[in-house]
Parts: sequence; structure tokens; C-alpha cells
Amino acid sequence: MQFFLFHLMPYADLDLSAPDKYDSAWVTLPNTYYDPKKGHQLYNRYLDELEMGDTLGFDGICVNEHHSNAYGMMPQPGVLAGSLARRTKNVKIALLGRALPLLNNPITVAEEFAILDNITGGRFIAGFVRGIGAEYFSWNVNPAFSHERFHEAHDLIVQAWTRPGPFAFEGKHYNFNYVNLWPRPYQTPHPPIWIPSQGSTETIEWASHPDRRYTYLQTFSPVTALAKYMAQYRDSAEKQGWQASPENLGWAVPCYVAETDEIAMREARPHAEAFYQKFLRMPTEMLLPPGYLSLKSMQGVMRAKAQMQSGDKSLEAVMKSGMFLCGSAKTVREQIVRYQQEIGFGKILTMLQFATLPHDLAVKNMEIFARDVMGEIRKMDVSPALAAAK
Amino acid sequence: MSEPKTYFETVEGCRTCIMRGGAGAPLLFLHGANGAGRWLPFMAELAKGFDVIVPEHPGYGRSDTPAWLDTVGDLANFYLSFMKQLGLEKVTLVGTSMGGWIASEIAVRDPSRIEKLVLVAPAGLRVKGVPVSDIFLWTAEQTTRNLFHSAELAERMLAMPLSDAEVDISVKNRVTTARLAWSPRLYSADLEKWIHRIDLPTLILWGRQDALIPSAYADRFHELIRNSKVEMLDNCGHLPHAEKSAEFVAAIRQFAGEA
Repeated sequence: MQFFLFHLMPYADLDLSAPDKYDSAWVTLPNTYYDPKKGHQLYNRYLDELEMGDTLGFDGICVNEHHSNAYGMMPQPGVLAGSLARRTKNVKIALLGRALPLLNNPITVAEEFAILDNITGGRFIAGFVRGIGAEYFSWNVNPAFSHERFHEAHDLIVQAWTRPGPFAFEGKHYNFNYVNLWPRPYQTPHPPIWIPSQGSTETIEWASHPDRRYTYLQTFSPVTALAKYMAQYRDSAEKQGWQASPENLGWAVPCYVAETDEIAMREARPHAEAFYQKFLRMPTEMLLPPGYLSLKSMQGVMRAKAQMQSGDKSLEAVMKSGMFLCGSAKTVREQIVRYQQEIGFGKILTMLQFATLPHDLAVKNMEIFARDVMGEIRKMDVSPALAAAK
Repeated sequence: MSEPKTYFETVEGCRTCIMRGGAGAPLLFLHGANGAGRWLPFMAELAKGFDVIVPEHPGYGRSDTPAWLDTVGDLANFYLSFMKQLGLEKVTLVGTSMGGWIASEIAVRDPSRIEKLVLVAPAGLRVKGVPVSDIFLWTAEQTTRNLFHSAELAERMLAMPLSDAEVDISVKNRVTTARLAWSPRLYSADLEKWIHRIDLPTLILWGRQDALIPSAYADRFHELIRNSKVEMLDNCGHLPHAEKSAEFVAAIRQFAGEA
């Protein structure tokens, strides 16, 4: 199993009454709540934390893109990835991802990712997403064209990476007379492509196409949804004539490890609850604007996300559903191994800083996780029972 | 009064649902973002003096969603073909909200089959500094409350539960509205440039308490359409045909009767 350290770079100094007052931590939450002096501290602190991922022996570190919110302050994640590219030596850098439909010129991403791949000498992993619904309000991009633009932008970027230029690209949303990428990507044929998603049949069928075989990441979902969508990927691959391996599947989950279960829960509670109750807060209309999802997928996601959007978001509830891993190293280790054997993912992306969690606890969490969870699981050399049985 | 009939007609490859009733000169009614729904009392009233034709736009209600549908301009071109195919002439063209936007775009392109134009709280233009509300952030309940001025009427609407089929259609209508009007939100820069070409007699009807498209927009339409007049309805929100149907029908009858 491969271990990745995922960070959202939240605005940890947020006045926690604000998301309640504005019914959202996104789009309409006034940026007067953001203090650049604190932001300066936070960005540097978070980059330090990600750089620690290199020395602690993680396989990779991850950043991503969100706009106009307190949940994750990386609207231009390439800036952060660029900084990390020079300060790390061994880890992969995964940018998970850029929201392609938001772009009027996807070539910018082809270029940005190619530069990162060149600087790191191939330590780069490309992530492509559609962004969450709120992004379509913030960037005023039509959600009804989200799927069309995603597929077209993806095709354009992959062609820009792989076809000798110059060539013409003739699409509906994107048209170029001269696609001719300088620099070309370092890796051949191009950096690995990962597709983070919150669960969508169309996305899974598309990612598992034999021509693509992209790594599918299930993000911040209950374990039942995780199991369902990973099985769906394997089934879809099989129907399309190939066998998916654990390598093709990843799970992104926030996690807190401490000396004992009791200490872990006590230390994590206010920050985990702030994550689910405050930083993720937004009305359904903002999360799922019209056209963003097909009707079929919308139903699927609503079921998977039911616990995130409504109902009980206490620490106990999110731990029970598997949306948050919390406990002693032994507890968390056993949980990950059990899920891995049952569900068959080969990559785990743990978010070890979340919401308001302060630096000292984040560092402690990372150190214990790296030594007693990641380190121990690596020694065990577990293989997923489910995938092996197939 | 004869009962209205509901039937399908294929125009520009799109199977289109049409409700039609009454007799007289043709009155083509173009519905707003929420769809046409059923044959409403104001339609029955208008059918006493007009051949009232109420299509569901491509992408809305029971009509198909054609692959060519991307913009309000596509719908305007569709309706030019629609009027030709149905042989409609000397049409009183009435459009509310999104329908008013479509009607304006039709009139800019080709007014030859149109006698008079009635724009009811139309979308389609932008008045800088006077924002239109963001319908896409409203919940279904907020939408109903915001569209009607009368709280009592809004309560009555909210008390009527939607069937599963109606819920499905409202989701479909909302998706098509986003497709046509998300960006730029509810207006067209091209319409702004060319609306001055409309020289049809035009009646602009607006609810004074419109919480979606502020009544200041009535002045903008009036300023740009030279042969237009404005009628403001008091104690009325964004849906004059539903909230003030008697005044709405009277205004159209009078306007249609004017030389």
C-alpha cells in the first residue's frame, strides 16, 4: 500500500460563528474574515507540514484546488506545488486536482503540470476534477456544461502532452490552431492521472476505460460508499476487458492518531467537528447546482453524502461511518488494514491536519502515523483479500 | 368554451408539447423558467378571444431536450421555425421572464409573423448596479416565497405537494435554465446590442414588487424599444399572470384591441 499525505490548507483561524451566520463557509462567506497576517503564518506552516511528509517517508504529498472559501486556501494549487517541488527530494507531488471545466484555456494546466513534472524529474502526479458545485458559483462557469468541458479539456491536455506539435484542436468549447506544448512532460507518455471523486457512475466508467485506467480516488465518504464505488470500478474494468488492481484505487480520509484512543478522541474532537460542521457547511443548492450531476449520479451522491450534508456530524458519528479515522496507532492500523483487505484499495491519502487542528498536534499526528501506522503496515506487506481472490 | 387540447409537434427535430385552446387571432405564450405546467385560468380567459398556443420550450416539461440547445438564441430560432410550421401569422407574442427574453430575441431576428409583443418581467438585459437575484441559490421554498408578493398566495402554493413527475420536471426545467442562462446570468450581451431593432408595438408588464428582476428593468426595456409602453402592477411579484391574472388578461386584451 502507498501512503500519501493530503492537505487542504484550511483557514484555521476562522471565526467559527461565521459559517453559521452566512449558512456557508464558501462563495458568500465574506473575505473580511480572512486576515492576511494570519494567512502568511498559515501558508508557511502548511508548507512545512507537507515538506515533513518527505522526511517522514510518505510516498507522496497532495494539494488541491478550491475557490472562495475557508475550507481550503489553494485556489491556485500550482503555486504551492511549485514551492514543494524544490523543497522536497523523494516524495511524489500529487496535484488533485485542477478543476478542468472552470478553465477557459486548459492549456494553462497542461503547461503548469508539465513544468512541475520537469522540475521534479517525474515526481509529479496529475489530478483532474470537475470541482465541487460551489466552484461554479465562484467562477461563474455554467454547471450544465461541466461534463462536456471536463472531457474536452482532458482530451486537449492529454493530446498536448502526447501528440507532436503543433497541431490543431477542434472542439465545442475549446479551439486552438496551434497546440505545441513547451515544455513536454518529463514522464512518458505523461504523468500518472488520478481522478478524485465523491462517487459517480459516469466518472467511474470513464476512468476505468481500458485506454485510460486512471487511478480512482474516493474522497471523504462513508466506508459503505467507498466499498460500493471501488467494487463498481473493478466491475466496470472487468466489463471493459481488463482487471483493475489495488493500484487503481485510492481512499482519501481525515485521520487522527494519538497515544491512546481516549487521547485521540479528546484532542481531535473540536477540530474534526469543526471540519464537518463548519468548514464543509454550504446549502445543497450551492453544492449541487443544476446540471452539475446527471440525475442518476445525483441520487447516488446524495445517498453517499447524506451524513455529510445533514444529520449527525459528531465525532462519534463520523468515526462510526468511517469518514474519520481516530484512535491509537493500533486502532487506526487495524481499521485501515481491515478496510483495505475488504475493499481492496492500494493507496491511502490521509489528511492529518484538518480545520482548526493546531501545528503541534498536526505534527504529533503525522509523526505517530508515519512511525506506528504507515511504518508498521509496510512491514506487514498486506495484500487485499478481495482483489487476490478474484 | 372548448377544452384545450394537448399534443406534440416535431419542430427542428424536437418533439414539442403544445397546449392549445380557444379561437381567434393567434396568441403564442412563452413560459418562464419554471415551465408551462398545466392549462391555467389566465389561459382559459385569454382563450375566449384568442387561439392560445402554449408550447413547452425544448428542454422543458414534456418536450424533448435537443442536442442543439445551448442558448436562448437557439430557442428564438426554434420559434421562428415553429411559427412557420404552424402557419401562424399576425401573432400576439407574450413571454414571461425567460419567455420574455426568448420573445425579445425572436422579435430582433424576424418580426414578420408578429403583430404585437407583450413582455412580462422579461429577463435578457442587464442594468449595471441593479443585480438580478440569484435563482440558483434559492431553495424551492424560497423561490416560491420570493416570486409571489402575496405571502398568503405563496403559502397556498407551498401547501400543494408536487407529484414525483412534477418534481422530475422541475429538476429538468432548472437544468435547462442553467444551461441557457447561468453565464452571463440571465442576460445576453447580444440582445443588449440589438434590441433597439424591435419596432413592434410592445407592452411591458411588470410587478412593482418583483423580487427577482427589479422593476427598474422595465425602464431599460422601455428605453431600448421605441414603440413600447410600460404598465406596472401594484402588489405584484415576478409572476403577474399568476398573481394578478385578471389585470394581466385585461391589459393584454386592451393592448391587442388598440390600433
